[in-house]
Amino acid sequence: MSKPTFAMYWAASCGGCEISVLNIGDRLLAVDEAFDVVFWPVAADFKYDDVRGYPDGYIDVCLFNGSIRNSENEEIAHLLRRKSKVLVAFGSCAMAGGIPALSNLTTNEETLRAAYLDNVSTYNPDRVVPQPNTTVPDGEPHIPVLYETARSLDQVVDVDYYMPGCPPEPHQIWAVLETFIQGKPLPKRGSVIGAGEVAVCHECPLQKDEKTIERFYRPYEVTPEPGRCLLEQGIVCLGAATRSGCGALCPQVNMGCRGCYGPVDDIGDQGAKILAAIASVMDGVKPGKTDHEIEQDVEAGIETIADPAGTFYRFGLAHSVLRRARKNGRTNGTATRLEIHHEENQY
Amino acid sequence: MSETFEPLIVGFTCNWCSYRAADLAGISRKKYAPNVRLIRLMCSGRLDPTFVLKAFAGGADGVLVSGCHPGECHYLEQNYKMLRRYTLLKRMLAQMGIEPERLRLVWASAAEGNKFADEVTAMTEEIRVLGPLNWNGIDHARQRSEKLRSAERPPSAPEKTEKKAKPAAVAARPAGPPAGKKPATPPGGLKPPGPGKPKPAPPPGAAEVKSVPAQPATPGEVES
Repeated sequence: MSKPTFAMYWAASCGGCEISVLNIGDRLLAVDEAFDVVFWPVAADFKYDDVRGYPDGYIDVCLFNGSIRNSENEEIAHLLRRKSKVLVAFGSCAMAGGIPALSNLTTNEETLRAAYLDNVSTYNPDRVVPQPNTTVPDGEPHIPVLYETARSLDQVVDVDYYMPGCPPEPHQIWAVLETFIQGKPLPKRGSVIGAGEVAVCHECPLQKDEKTIERFYRPYEVTPEPGRCLLEQGIVCLGAATRSGCGALCPQVNMGCRGCYGPVDDIGDQGAKILAAIASVMDGVKPGKTDHEIEQDVEAGIETIADPAGTFYRFGLAHSVLRRARKNGRTNGTATRLEIHHEENQY
Repeated sequence: MSETFEPLIVGFTCNWCSYRAADLAGISRKKYAPNVRLIRLMCSGRLDPTFVLKAFAGGADGVLVSGCHPGECHYLEQNYKMLRRYTLLKRMLAQMGIEPERLRLVWASAAEGNKFADEVTAMTEEIRVLGPLNWNGIDHARQRSEKLRSAERPPSAPEKTEKKAKPAAVAARPAGPPAGKKPATPPGGLKPPGPGKPKPAPPPGAAEVKSVPAQPATPGEVES
């Protein structure tokens, strides 16, 4: 029982982080050899009550992926914080909200409506929407309460390290696990591990010519010329404001960087920074036009960027300056519990 | 949204044109809404969109961006960059639920003191109609006035503080020289408020100010 203990948990996540851990391949055996797995819902049969039974600080390393979207996520985040010596916000969701935090652009009502009622592929003739409390003949089942605002892990509990990526790259995961396995000195608390320190552009092999563009294209609208910077061909790429560490995988297969490694150090707001960069690669304005005509030209060029907020904050809305959209003119940047005491058929 | 709501506007001005336009407005004794707090940048192209987001998140009800007319940038074409950022930012803010009127672009050369002043007044009136932004559910205006009041209030004398509250709350807003006129006139006032009606404001204003701190006991978040 001298082995260090290891736990991994998924909150509001897709499971991709878990798969990425499995993608370290044979070295998983080394992880198993070095660690005593004490909690890992996707891989081992431990229950929440097992974790509750551990003494505080029992878990040496806990990789926590997924954002905090409901009351269960939050409860387990607090539980694992108490039981863990080192808690790592693992992956974009835990680090900055990730994809689940895109729901912060809308309201829970809209989200539920889209998921359970309005989606063309949804078959739900009774218009059933999940409720935290219901009464059925067999009793009263309770499910977790969906929060109005998705949060990152560090907005709920203290986090020791951040490991970005959607999902984190296997070689980075291994590098981090190796640090723990070999007992190497850990970096400063609160730092980003398993990632680079420069922007994705630094490790992107595509050639940059400092060309400007007149409009943007969505990926399906254009076939990029190989070997050339995507941004300069009118494809939105967040590489300029995104932390390196992935090896610029997406740009190399003609998909603009999606920003999953989060902002580079010293950048407060990834979306705002990439917004500035993207506006800068657009064309200079021809002389001889009135102020109004120039404004119209710019407007037309900018309109080719679909969904700016969702694109620029694809993985980091919870960590952004604004954090969520206003609902119905009422602001709400802090997480609130949704009152899902709908009457039946409210939708 | 009451009459006493004084919008707080953060204004970013270019050192070479609009900041001087603001200067000119002051030197010319031009009267305009005292709601804007100017921050001078070397160029409107220096405006990082983060500044705008932080202003909104930190309690601004509106953000004014002002630079040289197109083609007249001191640094050749940085105001074009600003224009594109502004246009894109405006679209993004709309997705975040921030009304487009809350971010305003004004081209103002150093000679356009009048235009600058008029635009500030017009923007103030537009935002007055929209009401406070109160990002994060925080009543920033009340926090500001309470902070000011607590700084000014002597430890005792409860009745007198009520009277002191008035100047304190007013001081929370203007901070500029032309504190006399408060354009409490109806909405859409796109014209600069002429001189006059300095006095009628105080009585209702004082009443409102009193009612403000009387509201809930806890400042700050809506719920947490």
